[in-house]
Amino acid sequence: MLGYTIKRLLQMIFVLWIVSVIVFLMMSFTGDPVFMVIPIDSTEAEIAQAREILGLNNSLIEQYAVFLKGILQGDFGRSYVYRQPALDLILERLPATFEIVLVAIVLAAVVAIPLGVYAGANPNRASSRAIMSASLLGISLPSFWVGMMLIFLLAVQWQMFPSSGRGDTVDLGWFRTSLLTADGWHHILLPALTLSLGTMAIILRMTRAGMMEVMRQDYIKFARAKGVSRRGMLYGHGLRNAMIPVVTIFGLQLGDLIAFATITETIFAWPGLGKLLIDSIYRADRPVIVVYLMLVAVLFVVINFLVDIIYTWIDPRITVK
Amino acid sequence: MAAGFLSSEFVHNYKRNASAIAGSLILVVFALIVVAGPLMVWQNPYDIAQLDLMDAFKPPMWLEGGEARFPFGTDGQGRDVLAGVLYGTRVSVLIGLSAMAMSCVIGTTLGLLAGFYGGRLDAVIMRIADIQLSFPSMLIALFLMSAFGTGIDKVLISLTAVGWVVYARTVRGSTLSEVQKEYIQAARVAGLRDGKIIRRHILPNVMTPLIVVATVQVGTFILIEASLSFLGVGVPITEPSLGLLIKNGFDVLFSGLWWTSVFPGIVIMALVFGINLFGDFLRDELNPRLK
Repeated sequence: MLGYTIKRLLQMIFVLWIVSVIVFLMMSFTGDPVFMVIPIDSTEAEIAQAREILGLNNSLIEQYAVFLKGILQGDFGRSYVYRQPALDLILERLPATFEIVLVAIVLAAVVAIPLGVYAGANPNRASSRAIMSASLLGISLPSFWVGMMLIFLLAVQWQMFPSSGRGDTVDLGWFRTSLLTADGWHHILLPALTLSLGTMAIILRMTRAGMMEVMRQDYIKFARAKGVSRRGMLYGHGLRNAMIPVVTIFGLQLGDLIAFATITETIFAWPGLGKLLIDSIYRADRPVIVVYLMLVAVLFVVINFLVDIIYTWIDPRITVK
Repeated sequence: MAAGFLSSEFVHNYKRNASAIAGSLILVVFALIVVAGPLMVWQNPYDIAQLDLMDAFKPPMWLEGGEARFPFGTDGQGRDVLAGVLYGTRVSVLIGLSAMAMSCVIGTTLGLLAGFYGGRLDAVIMRIADIQLSFPSMLIALFLMSAFGTGIDKVLISLTAVGWVVYARTVRGSTLSEVQKEYIQAARVAGLRDGKIIRRHILPNVMTPLIVVATVQVGTFILIEASLSFLGVGVPITEPSLGLLIKNGFDVLFSGLWWTSVFPGIVIMALVFGINLFGDFLRDELNPRLK
């Protein structure tokens, strides 16, 4: 187990290094950052001086070395737009995105798993077919369009929910949360629902597929024969064994949620990472884009690692190599 | 041949599967729109000479102030929403199909090479695939587009860059098991060259699972493209896809001008729903484990 963990850690570092190279190269070949820091009508001499200060006259390898050294020290440079350290900007927005993703995934799991178990255990009922059609529709919907329709109906027409922003937050010292205020919940429901629909549909389908597979096994019939209640059989014996693919999907979905949060946050003007990323792309605010990408890369690598560990915990038959 | 296909189990199951029929009907309608869409409307929405600002923001014809000329209303430039949607559907579908075809060719080739030759080539290709799979497609595409700038060609490149992996993995897996089989050994003994073995013998035997992957991928690509265009980093405004139409509609949604975004949204939903319905049927039919 220890050997495995060390091997995985080395792999994770390798992946992050590759990502840093790719991010660096892409950023180097797109546009000239000089004009992000000095006015466009500067003199030749000023431009040359700025290039020198930014290190743009050095070779790519030297520039990369400086870039990597900065990253390792947590120094990603200053945002061209906000004129503050890019890392601080990102960390300040992190809680908002964390909360919306958390609420979305919990919402998805709470709705999708019971429905998936039901549809998998009773595949031929009309209600199961309806659930499956609805979930297919959920996969086929562009989430940003759903968000817009929710805004139009519930915020603009009927004014039941606010259309943008995060509402009141409570400062916990290191973390500003909106989940402790009624106003915060009022604001988070629509964006979280929008974000969760796709994930809800996918988890539902995975749970159902897993349950259908499991329900054919002998141990299910055996559990019934020995007098386990139907509910106990479905959730204790069935779902537990059907969960393995679902856990993988959970990990992948967490990544997708973070990615699609960019769109949801843009629609609902939610002050999180995703909106910051999109705004930074529009303004070519390179340091912020770089921090975002590196942070997200770290997150995904860690999520994948955790998923692998959780496997062995759910299914003792799987041993790590 | 044709008679054999018509009496096959596949066709028999298809006739009894309402959602497969519904899905394929939707797809037939969209195929017509792609082929003949511009012939169904009187206005070319991208010919400025045909636009009149006096027609801007007309509501759908069944509402007060609507006109029969613009059955689903107009946008801010006096463009017929129906015409915009028909042209936009074309862009969306063609991007989805072309990106799928490119991903399929590149991914399948790499998967065949990796599975057939193994060794270092295999390790490198699969390592790249692994790393890439740990990041969401949407995010990779978003990142690439933010570096490239807008353009249909750039959207295609970005989608292909995220799409090839699934083919490479699937094909590599099936190739590994095919290579073990006797007929491949026989082909080798017979002195066939590697290229011929791969093309003539392995490729046909690893194609079936790809049909489902490819079908569903078209839908996924259409949604990713729509999301990119919605964020303003997809297709250019001169060739709007359904996603860009929705974005343009979003800008005026708060003024209550809902028709410019509602109709493109419904169309994209119907399109991807049709693809997924049919893809589901294919998956059940082509997956021997479920039979």
